[in-house]
Amino acid sequence: MSIFIDRDTKLVVQGITGRDGSFHTKQMMEYGTQVVAGVTPGKGGQTFEGTVPVFNTVADAVNATGANTSVIYVPPMFAADAIMEAADAGVSLIVAITEGVPVLDMTRAWPFVKEKGARLIGPNCPGLISPGQSKVGIIPGRICTPGPVGVVSRSGTLTYEIVYQLTRAGLGQTTCVGIGGDPINGTSFIDCLVAFEADPDTKVVCMMGEIGGTDEQDAARFVKERMKKPVVGFIAGQTAPPGRRMGHAGAIISGSSGTAAEKIAAFEAAGIAVAKRPVEFVDLVKERM
Amino acid sequence: MNIHEYQAKEILRALGVPIPPGEVTGTDAEAQAIASRIGKTVVVKAQVHAGGRGKAGGVKLAKDAAEARDKARAILGMQIKGLTVEKVLVTEAADIASEAYVGIIMDRASRKPVFMVSPAGGIDIEEVAAKTPEKILKVPVDTRYGLQPYQAMRLGFFLYDDLAKARAASKIMQQLYTAFIQSGCSLAEINPLVVTPKGEVIAVDAKMVIDDNELDRRPAVAALRDVSAEAPSEVEARNASLTFIKLDGNVGCCVNGAGLAMATMDLVKYYGGEPANFLDIGGSSSPEKVIAALRIITADPSVKAILFNIFGGITRTDDVANGIVAATKQNPLKVPIVIRLTGTNEEIAMKILTENGFSASSDMDEAVRRAVELATGGKAA
Repeated sequence: MSIFIDRDTKLVVQGITGRDGSFHTKQMMEYGTQVVAGVTPGKGGQTFEGTVPVFNTVADAVNATGANTSVIYVPPMFAADAIMEAADAGVSLIVAITEGVPVLDMTRAWPFVKEKGARLIGPNCPGLISPGQSKVGIIPGRICTPGPVGVVSRSGTLTYEIVYQLTRAGLGQTTCVGIGGDPINGTSFIDCLVAFEADPDTKVVCMMGEIGGTDEQDAARFVKERMKKPVVGFIAGQTAPPGRRMGHAGAIISGSSGTAAEKIAAFEAAGIAVAKRPVEFVDLVKERM
Repeated sequence: MNIHEYQAKEILRALGVPIPPGEVTGTDAEAQAIASRIGKTVVVKAQVHAGGRGKAGGVKLAKDAAEARDKARAILGMQIKGLTVEKVLVTEAADIASEAYVGIIMDRASRKPVFMVSPAGGIDIEEVAAKTPEKILKVPVDTRYGLQPYQAMRLGFFLYDDLAKARAASKIMQQLYTAFIQSGCSLAEINPLVVTPKGEVIAVDAKMVIDDNELDRRPAVAALRDVSAEAPSEVEARNASLTFIKLDGNVGCCVNGAGLAMATMDLVKYYGGEPANFLDIGGSSSPEKVIAALRIITADPSVKAILFNIFGGITRTDDVANGIVAATKQNPLKVPIVIRLTGTNEEIAMKILTENGFSASSDMDEAVRRAVELATGGKAA
């Protein structure tokens, strides 16, 4: 089992003919993801790599192919519109990879997606992968392997670092989800924890947070009150100065809130095993298997 | 992106917010001329991107034009939290009967902009929130509908019992909300919102922070950027499409990805070093970006060792290796470098580095420890 995506995921790629979209679509196809359609306005009727039909709109793509999941690689100024288009077309999972989406756009797109009953992951995220089944986004497939660990993170390369260590230690993953580094994102840590708790194959969850906001503190409360499965955590940004945006738009300590110390304390109070260094993940996970 | 008080006030004034007259200048002579045009007691205010300007001595009253010149002379060139004051705002001093706080922040939890108002104004709103939360009213706004008149009136009545003042305040709320949306803000604040002895409601200080992601589609707002108010290294980094933040440590860090960059800095600290910077070279990093990154890191004299930590996903590690080789041919390094590379095209990258006399590791923990040892000249903690 896995969460959010599996073998039956039928993917439509928004922005399939763009530089990033075409590159990563090929990677997803090589990994075995069912890419059933692409969308680029004005290129409807073409095919991508000779096999994937391209449509002008997501609605056309869904009607023709039955796509149930969308991944978005369109430029930042068009990303919120692409998210709403996917939700309106009836796609149930929308994964927005695009970085640099204006936050005000997300204040309109997010409630729209909710009202349509869809799930949004991202924006500004690496997407997700259920090893051996399906990958939606940009997480390198070769660093993952199937197994019992659930992974959720706000980061991209930090996630790869830790997943790669797990894989090399023989600790495979059910699903790895990158929820993204923006202040407003579609799926929270808690949403992923709920799904991992319900997934019979996930035995341990790894959660990588960072400075900014209170999503980790909320997640810690959820772990303490609702979760039976063990959680191993990590927080990046202990050396980050307050008031500066550390690369991710959401990684900023505002005033005195959102610090790494406060999040680590919340994790520890909730019984989450906190890795002080990325290299400690493997042992902490093994101890809890 | 931060903008200055005088710029925020110009935006708000153009939308109709009552603000005492004032002008900005970089010289004491002009400060005197502005004060004499205003013809009343003025305030001379340092224009820097730092809080606590008053406490630092960057805000002074002046009774007449000559005094305004003297105060401006004292403030211009002053250092506030490491930033040099290049400009002062000379503005009419307001008579104050009461002060309130009005702000809009982008709230992550509710995923909406949230108004925060408090009759306890003129002071740190975080402190008010922590000690007397009942003195703050928060009203989230659904941006699809905008700030509704009833919401603005509710905010106005929370500040003032008097209908005329509540109405005046609610009008200012609407104007502030318009500014927030039009300029693409993540924060917009009037602190304090003042009631004068005559009963007028006016904005005496203003602050706006722009969402960096808005700048591409708002050139007029992007043009408000004051590069003289930023560290030169950060300006150079931005021009090279790098995310760079200068810190005070001894290990220069060059990493791909923000989360991994932060984790690398933390690990430097864990082993007893101090990171000299945050630097994210991004996903699709070309050799040119690496060259720019090395130029910026090596320009900092406190850097005693350089650490590369690259996990190649989209980033091709051979691009990074080529960049390191090209950059060090142009400018030979004066400090040691520790390179950690793994992922996409790792074998090619390792070959390029070895052929050019560099060694590289594929282990993050080991590389960071080594960099700290080289920077501190001893054993890592």
